[in-house]
Amino acid sequence: MSETFTSPQFDQATRDAVSNDDVTVIIGLEVHVQLDTESKLFCGCSTEFGAPPNTQTCAVCTGMPGSLPVINERALQLSIKTGLALNCEIARYTKWDRKNYFYPDLPKGYQISQFDKPICGQGYLDITAPKGEFEPRRVELERAHLEEDAGKSMHDESQRGGNSKIDLNRTGTPLLEIVTKPDMRSPAEARAFLTELKLILTYIGVSDCNMQHGNLRCDGNVNLHIKVGGEKIATPIVEIKNMNSFRAAERALGYEAGRQLKLWKQNGKTIADAPKQTRGWNDADQVTTPQREKEESADYRYFPDPDLIAVTIEESEIESIKKEIGRLPAQWRELLIKEHGLKPYDAGVMVGQGAEVVEYFLVVAQGCGNSKMASNWVGQEVLRFLNESGEAIDAYPVSADQMTELLTKVNAGELDQTRAKEVLQEMIDSKIEVQAAMDKLGIKAVDNSEIESLCRQLIDENPDVIQQIKDGNGKAVGALIGKSRKLNPNANPGLVKDTILKMIGA
Amino acid sequence: MDLSTLSAAELVKRLSSGELTAESCTESFLERIKDRDSSLNSFVSTAESAISAAQAIDERRSTGQAVGALAGLPVAVKDGICTAGIATTAGSRMLEKFVPAFDATMVKQLLSADAVVIGKTNMDEFAMGSSTENSFFGVTKNPWSDQHVPGGSSGGSAACVAADLAPVSIGSDTGGSIRQPAAFCGITGLKPTYGRVSRFGLIAFASSLDQIGPMARSAEDCGLVMNVISGHDSNDSTSAKNDVPDFTQTLNDSLKGLRIGICKEHFGEGLDSEIESAVNESVKVLESLGAETVEISLPHTPYAVATYYVIAPCEASSNLARFDGVRYTHRAATAKDLTEMYCQSRAEGFGEEVKKRIMLGTYALSSGYYDAYYLKASKVRRMIKHDYDSAFEKVDLILGPTTPTTAFKIGEHTQNALAMYLADIYTVSANLAGVPAISIPCGLTSAGMPVGLQLQARSFDEASLLRVAHQFQLQTDWHTRRPNA
Ligand SMILES: [Zn+2]
Repeated sequence: MSETFTSPQFDQATRDAVSNDDVTVIIGLEVHVQLDTESKLFCGCSTEFGAPPNTQTCAVCTGMPGSLPVINERALQLSIKTGLALNCEIARYTKWDRKNYFYPDLPKGYQISQFDKPICGQGYLDITAPKGEFEPRRVELERAHLEEDAGKSMHDESQRGGNSKIDLNRTGTPLLEIVTKPDMRSPAEARAFLTELKLILTYIGVSDCNMQHGNLRCDGNVNLHIKVGGEKIATPIVEIKNMNSFRAAERALGYEAGRQLKLWKQNGKTIADAPKQTRGWNDADQVTTPQREKEESADYRYFPDPDLIAVTIEESEIESIKKEIGRLPAQWRELLIKEHGLKPYDAGVMVGQGAEVVEYFLVVAQGCGNSKMASNWVGQEVLRFLNESGEAIDAYPVSADQMTELLTKVNAGELDQTRAKEVLQEMIDSKIEVQAAMDKLGIKAVDNSEIESLCRQLIDENPDVIQQIKDGNGKAVGALIGKSRKLNPNANPGLVKDTILKMIGA
Repeated sequence: MDLSTLSAAELVKRLSSGELTAESCTESFLERIKDRDSSLNSFVSTAESAISAAQAIDERRSTGQAVGALAGLPVAVKDGICTAGIATTAGSRMLEKFVPAFDATMVKQLLSADAVVIGKTNMDEFAMGSSTENSFFGVTKNPWSDQHVPGGSSGGSAACVAADLAPVSIGSDTGGSIRQPAAFCGITGLKPTYGRVSRFGLIAFASSLDQIGPMARSAEDCGLVMNVISGHDSNDSTSAKNDVPDFTQTLNDSLKGLRIGICKEHFGEGLDSEIESAVNESVKVLESLGAETVEISLPHTPYAVATYYVIAPCEASSNLARFDGVRYTHRAATAKDLTEMYCQSRAEGFGEEVKKRIMLGTYALSSGYYDAYYLKASKVRRMIKHDYDSAFEKVDLILGPTTPTTAFKIGEHTQNALAMYLADIYTVSANLAGVPAISIPCGLTSAGMPVGLQLQARSFDEASLLRVAHQFQLQTDWHTRRPNA
């Protein structure tokens, strides 16, 4: 689906303060991405979503006594691939650390994570606003580290003391946690970052980023820098959790900025006066609310996991993964703009649909020899179909080759746009190829003598219109085109028009 | 026929020739356990499945099918090692009702060699202790004196072999837990190189130090077991890929030209004079066999115990976090909420020594203390490793006493943790450095308590330890002395 950018979700006071440059909103993001491995990070259990609770578990991921973890090499490769796509330094030496805390969905009492030697070091991601809501910005990345997921707790909400339930299917699935620097200045920028990040991750095939399945999760850190006199005062940092969609993230960050401004006006508390607080986004009420601080004050007592050995990554391995990456979204956009003449906005929309749509477009553009036409048809006809049906491009009934054949006929003047769209509809409805659809619609080539006799008939039967044309009303010819369509729908309207004008000497 | 005093090698020979059936062999040891272990308490449980397993081996052998290298040999396994379908308690109330769903890799290896697991031996809770007094299932007695401890943490494994209740047993050694009880009980115990034997299925105490190894009456018997349990395991990331030699093949190679370093730091203050003279006598025996001896130094030895008692509790505090009352562990009946469930379950399920070490480790890893404790200890550990590397440039083996004293009395050190911890003073360094080490009987004190001689070797050179031990045992009879003789 195409991501449309809404204006920053600020209240009036915040919007004014920001536009007066009195307040700067500071946003950093932490994104957890589930890597698309078949098995979990440290055991052979499946990572498939949706299995009955506790059916995808083993001694290792349930932390049974005596069990030991063994690293999934695929997860390392996908992490390196992600790091390369995000311009990160890839660690030559990376290791595993235990993050210790108690929780029922954490069966070992610690999470295997990476503390001081993450697999991906500093990197960056450039974001732009297709509709110009903000200036292009480079968001720097602090790091990206690999860790195992915890399980899922389902608490009894009835307050009647029912037992909590735990599903450990998700326990041990590989997560890459990508941490940005506090480089974003508006919720729109944060959303653009998330959108571009997701696009990159899906283009390089490291994650399906399905937010409904929890395969992409996002927390935001936000505070304000407020100008007071000549000084800049920072408000306490708030971490927002539970932002379940990009839209929710944008709204939550916007809401939180407004809340902090209001609060600062009331109590004047700065970052020095309050520790980092955790709040959750309540999508129903569109507010952030304080979260139970179950881990916030905890000391995780990180130390190197003695059950795992450190990993050394060879230059050659990095090089070979580099070769698998292919063009990234930004490079595709550039190619579409520079070599196919697309407008930046259209290129953005096309690339935003995913690599398969872009590839479809390229086949059609090259095949029919008219990028502009291909862009219009793919951008409008194809994308409309996909949006309406909710299907992916591989489910689109017309192959790129068939689309090419259709547009080649348009390009050669054998079909006009209107007729071509009818043909396309017939191809989709009847699941048939171009020629079959044309036959079914009775479309066949009309030769010059037929055109001439058609035009003669139109001239003879419509003296009034002809007089109007001769009097200088060129638009009047349109009425004849309409009649022509009824007499012979296969006659090319452009050709009919030209012939009539020639015959009456206008 | 009294099988109990026969060596494992001899039992395997008789089983193989058909002179002895696995069933009668197993029965005979189970009978002996029934008769004698009620006072000794070396076993937490005996395996009901042992007889039928033995029968199946006999059946296979009698129908001409292939059987494994240890076919029919009874083996006792420390209760901190997982055995599928057999309760595995690690000496703790916490795991009183825990029955693993899988066998430890090393148990699998024993079973595929057709050894018969006859029972699970008592141990200090979660292997934390040097006396087997810290078991939820009661104290194990030293077969040489019921007033004395058998050592620990593999006290049950040592005592059952010393009392002839099992020909061989399996222990685990984190800071001396195989060698120290072997010394106290007058048997032979080998801690292999870290990574030589898979840890998969060993309930972890301190993962970077834990190593499983054999305990038996002779080096030869240890070699037989080592042949079966050594080797790479893809389920254990820290398992070594090094080739495994046939440890019984080189037992009779000459000791001529072998260079043995006498570690001067192991002969200092606190060493019992009777132990010192027994060790000195042993040196003479080895010299008579052609070995050269030279004094060497492991200069960081004085810091080893302190280093060990930072690193081991740190790892333990995390390893034991999974025992939280949520699933298979002891859960307090009265807890009203999650925090209470954690606190009460752990307060009830763990014994005092375990709680003490969890607290030590938790403290040492805490923010603000990590650098001063864990990080510093890790640095000292590297220096200790380096001591060994330097020493092994000059010598092939390092020799010294296994323990500063013989077995102490039950209750003697329970109020004095430091005295208890010093029982590990000569053994912890091998764990910190990862090198293999063996303890063999080398004398009896005037009070009639056994004395252990420790030999340490380069990583993956267990073969030299077993060879020297075997040659020593060909010249001496300390390893054949029995407590009740
Ligand atoms: Zn698993």
